[in-house]
Amino acid sequence: MSEIEETIKRIQSHKGVIGIIIVNNEGIPIRTTLDNSTTVQYAGLVHQLTMKARSTVRDIDPQNDLTFLRLRSKKHEIMVAPDKDYLLITIQNPSE
Amino acid sequence: MADAEKRSPTPSESRKGSGKKSPKPDLPATKSKQSHLTIPAHNMEGIPPKDIVPLFMATKTQEIFSCICDEHVTEDEPFKLIKKEDIITDMKMRAAISDFHPVKQIVLDYPGETLLISYDPDFKYGQNFFLCITEESKNKIIQPETPEDEEVTAAEGAVVGKAPGEDEVYVYKPPEAKDWIPQGSQVEVEDEMVMDTRPKIKVRASRVRREFGAPFKFKDRDADPASTDQGLSASYLSCNSYSDKNYTLKKAELDNAVQAVPELVDGSSQTDWKHPVNASVQYEPRSISAEEAKAAQDTPEFEEFVKDALPRFELALQQNIIMDVFFDDWGVLGDEDTNFGSKSDSHLKEYQSFTDLQYSKDKTVTCVDWHPMIKGVMAVSCCQRLSFDERIDQANRLLMTPSLVLIWSFADPIHPQLLLEGPDDITCFKFCPTNPNIVAGGCINGQLVLWDITEYADKLTSSRGSASKANQKKAAMFGEELAPETPTVRYCCVSAIEHSHRNVITSLDWIPDHYELNRLGQAVENRMCEICQLMTCGTDGHVMIWDTRPPKATGREQPAPEVLGVSQAFKHLDLSWKPMIKLAMPKTDSSGDYSPIKFSMAERQGVRDHVPLPSGGKPEAGAGMAKIPSAKNQKPLDCISTRYFLGTEDGEVVCTDLKMEKDNETGKPNVPKPSWVVTPHDGPVCTLQRNPFFNDVILSVGGWTFGLWRDGVTNGAILQSACAAKLYTAGHWSTTRPAVFFLGTNDGNVEVWDLLDRTHEPLLVQNVTAAQVTQIVPWVVSKKQHLIAVSDNVGTLHILEIPWNLRHPSSSEKSGVQAYFDRETKRIEYFDRRATMRANQRTDDNKKAAAKPTDQNSDENLAEEHKAEYEAFLTLEKKLLQELGIVEEDKPEI
Repeated sequence: MSEIEETIKRIQSHKGVIGIIIVNNEGIPIRTTLDNSTTVQYAGLVHQLTMKARSTVRDIDPQNDLTFLRLRSKKHEIMVAPDKDYLLITIQNPSE
Repeated sequence: MADAEKRSPTPSESRKGSGKKSPKPDLPATKSKQSHLTIPAHNMEGIPPKDIVPLFMATKTQEIFSCICDEHVTEDEPFKLIKKEDIITDMKMRAAISDFHPVKQIVLDYPGETLLISYDPDFKYGQNFFLCITEESKNKIIQPETPEDEEVTAAEGAVVGKAPGEDEVYVYKPPEAKDWIPQGSQVEVEDEMVMDTRPKIKVRASRVRREFGAPFKFKDRDADPASTDQGLSASYLSCNSYSDKNYTLKKAELDNAVQAVPELVDGSSQTDWKHPVNASVQYEPRSISAEEAKAAQDTPEFEEFVKDALPRFELALQQNIIMDVFFDDWGVLGDEDTNFGSKSDSHLKEYQSFTDLQYSKDKTVTCVDWHPMIKGVMAVSCCQRLSFDERIDQANRLLMTPSLVLIWSFADPIHPQLLLEGPDDITCFKFCPTNPNIVAGGCINGQLVLWDITEYADKLTSSRGSASKANQKKAAMFGEELAPETPTVRYCCVSAIEHSHRNVITSLDWIPDHYELNRLGQAVENRMCEICQLMTCGTDGHVMIWDTRPPKATGREQPAPEVLGVSQAFKHLDLSWKPMIKLAMPKTDSSGDYSPIKFSMAERQGVRDHVPLPSGGKPEAGAGMAKIPSAKNQKPLDCISTRYFLGTEDGEVVCTDLKMEKDNETGKPNVPKPSWVVTPHDGPVCTLQRNPFFNDVILSVGGWTFGLWRDGVTNGAILQSACAAKLYTAGHWSTTRPAVFFLGTNDGNVEVWDLLDRTHEPLLVQNVTAAQVTQIVPWVVSKKQHLIAVSDNVGTLHILEIPWNLRHPSSSEKSGVQAYFDRETKRIEYFDRRATMRANQRTDDNKKAAAKPTDQNSDENLAEEHKAEYEAFLTLEKKLLQELGIVEEDKPEI
């Protein structure tokens, strides 16, 4: 359990990181460092997007799979690491 | 046994049978016996093959040869090898009754020694035993019975049923294609087919070539059938229809059936179906309880996942920090070069200058303000350049000369567009940012005046070109130069003298429209979102907040005399205007009051992102006409900062708050004490202004120095300049570049300072006028034109154009300036820390020095010590001198 804490702290301590959300395979947030309403919003939307992205990758080549998803916008960058059961979402403000 | 004769066919017959290969192999090899004998049947059935002869063996014979049925020979082991000799012996013995009699010859001819007799329980060959005549057949049969069996099973293969006694493995053999056996259906099919019964006949008709294209002649022929009588052949033949008796059919009686059935009809109707439709859906996100979340996190898969995901994230996060991949290098490529471009272009170009011979000659310009809405219109207030004593001496004369604010427009540099008349010399004024038709001004006697120029707003907007044309016309008409009439607007409202400032009003400003102040100095919600309050400060040491709305208690209608040409807008305030809040500024460390010259509020007009929208509807009312709302309706706003800075006559910069706390003892609101005071300047502060991009950085200009301060950093200035050669008299931040500000000096120079370029001297010094610069106000007129208004002591207003490199911020300028301020703040903190550290160190050292061992502290000991040292020194000196040869060696005394 402490390893998880350490890892999350490590990611959080990077420059510009706004928050981290861990979501299970149903899209329900398990662990977060942001407030509740933001978390819920991010979890729902990013989960759907990740599913779509993964199905896109696998439709093109069934042997392939999604390893990482980076979504860059004007203000932030959203990074998603998908897994069989979980999803780790990080929001970073790159150019400070 | 009975039908022995029938059943034992002759060998010739058997041969015949065997010779035929019947096309019907599928007859079941069942126990059917005799019936097949006469029909040409399968080999295996009744007719034995050539080399096998059925043989009847009686019981006696069986006993002799020990091949009794079901004892010695069974169905499973039907074979018995009998010696030929035995058979011959038997035949000899029993002669005609021997069973072998019929096959006597065969036996005798048999080449081999032993003969095979096989039990035939099914009477396949007609008898209960059969004899193999030839050696080959014997061998064939003795050899594992597979050949025979295979034939048998092949026959049975097509049939599902198995003969009893055979347990072979059912081997599936796919059906083989067999010939088609017509049953008679082909006749019908052939009937339907249409086929040629004879070969087709080819006919070719042709005509002689020479007959083609032969000349022709057409003739008429009569169509009348009557002409046939005349011998002409009929030209047409008619075939009339007639009823042919051969083809009349008599309808016979037919059987017809009628069935009465109800008719099935499809019908439909359109009905209005009101079905429930979701108008709105209220949902909430799914969430799991904390225990479940914890449980999920404790699983090893979760740990694995997090561990695996970490390196990917580290890579991505670091990538972002190292370099911004989406940075548009091409877009900012041009920025750097243009800065080093034409150096000649980097000075302020003269655009226009305004002076009025009548109204502003030899007067000092005290205040300049650009019109917030109309481009190219600015106002200037002029004052007499007299000291206090001179004013008193010339009081009579001064009363006759009007005190004016001149409104200039670019269209006409000689004649002002409008004159605003005040009761006394105007020292400062400002257009109301949201309603530029209202101008507030502060007088030299401490009164506050308001002008309403709504009537002349059109004149100002249309002042381009039309005025000059009108002038020319007039001049042409009368043949003499006529100055156009400049309309004068009298002030519409002036504050009550006893409640106003007692001394000069040095600075005034409108309070931004996103908040209001109540009587306690707290910021409350401004429902109307309109500007209605003013803040002023004067050298009498007071800061006052004025409200332009009528106070609550205006029951009585005063029949005030209506003066022609004066707006009625602020009639309610005229002569009775009292400030809402009056704050005295007592000094903190010494007695007396601060005498503020300039102030700077925290909030800026137009910057209202941090303010929530006013709740409730906007009540309708015109500007200034609404009543001051009751205190309980107003919602206090916590996000507004009511702090402000003051610059005083003595060069101090004071930070204080407007919010008043209620004093517990007296119950009266308490004037808040200044939170921070510093005295950086050696003369009165002439400018105190916040950076338009960074609200917490303040420029203060006064005396011979200027300073940059940060709100909150009380230990030191971000930047404090060295004393300049000339007195600074005016200053202003640039409106577009966060690092640039302008300063005006006593000798008419304008200095441009760039914080990112160098901070020890100005970037550019340019002489604008010969007299002292009193005000500098830059303004963005249009995107291409940034102008700066510089006013001086002799009544002239110079308009200069800011060159491109001074008005265009570079791409990283804002962040650079931010970094600069942060660095300086850190420097201040660092120095503070070091200072305290050093102070601690010094006290430590002092303590250590004081705590030296005391035994040597007594004076005598010290004196002796010193003496001894001195004597040692003397001897050493002597010795050295002797060595050097300067002093003669002591000659030993004789």
